[in-house]
Amino acid sequence: MIPAAAGHPGFLSPTGVEIAFVLVGLATLGAALVTVTTKQLVHAALWLVVALGGLAVEYLLLTAEFIAWVQVLIYVGSIVVLLLFGLMLTRAPIGRSPDADSDNRWIAAGVAGASAAVLVWVVADAFRTTWIDLDGPAQGSTQATGAFLFRHWVLPFEALSVLLLAALVGAIVLSRKDRGTLPGKDRGAAPRTVGGAAPGDDRAATPAEDGEAAPDAVPEAGSRTDREGTS
Amino acid sequence: MHLAYPAVLAVLLFCVGLYGVLARRNTILVLMSVELMLNAVNLNLVAFDVWLRDALHSGQALTLFTIALAAAEIGIGLAIVLAVYRNRGSSDIDRLRDTAETDAAEALPDDEDAADGTADQATAPAGKAKKAEATA
Repeated sequence: MIPAAAGHPGFLSPTGVEIAFVLVGLATLGAALVTVTTKQLVHAALWLVVALGGLAVEYLLLTAEFIAWVQVLIYVGSIVVLLLFGLMLTRAPIGRSPDADSDNRWIAAGVAGASAAVLVWVVADAFRTTWIDLDGPAQGSTQATGAFLFRHWVLPFEALSVLLLAALVGAIVLSRKDRGTLPGKDRGAAPRTVGGAAPGDDRAATPAEDGEAAPDAVPEAGSRTDREGTS
Repeated sequence: MHLAYPAVLAVLLFCVGLYGVLARRNTILVLMSVELMLNAVNLNLVAFDVWLRDALHSGQALTLFTIALAAAEIGIGLAIVLAVYRNRGSSDIDRLRDTAETDAAEALPDDEDAADGTADQATAPAGKAKKAEATA
């Protein structure tokens, strides 16, 4: 431990990479704090962009180039856009919303502060005399990443594509508007003049869904009568 | 570079995300805080991978897998949030208390066993009407 520490400069003579890391880290941490405390929901998503972009810069400073660009592409490019879509689709208020935080925010702050204190103490004490050697070839360059990913991690990589497919199908199934099960039952109670006109209207309104709506119609009617018969 | 810098930054980011998960009311803001926690873990993985100089680079490979998993998770999570919003008209977490263990819910089985069926039938139309209001 002591020889390892003696070979490196201490906290008092930081290198340029360390200074950059600490500055970008402070910006990242500040953006993360604003993300979880701001009252404006859309601003939270935009500050999340700053936090995730700062983390991408940290990956670059740690010589993990490929992960940095993946971070920019997937997190900043798609996940934040998805979150913004979600905010828009749930009609989140644009301006300040005073009830963005729940009532137990002081308990949450206490828990987070206590865990931060304990973890910072443990981590700083454990890795006080440990230095990362950033010299030599970059360990996360695209070439190195491709080599280890497709030489040692091919099977998890392929399994991941199956998982992404499953997530895609699941998201479509979950978010698809199920015509006929819930709204159909409620619509049956509402006063309708002609029963046959209702599906016709739907089909005229959405001609694109003709193909998938038509085969559903017959079993839907049967199941609806079954459900009404049992209840 | 000192290993304590990325480790401490990851710890602080994780705790910021923990605060957001516990304190936020909107479900999408909770999902954002979960993303912050996942990113803190990713930073730890990359830092320790670069420090250990692993031949397999398991840390960086796991980071890539975590990022892909986070993308899948946010897709499924947003689909669930949108389904909840369509059915309830709100995506606030502390209003979704249907499965909460309240005193009223615990008192129900103690009354009579036969009353269960009638109670279900009595509450079912109310729930249906609420859903109809939300979708209208």
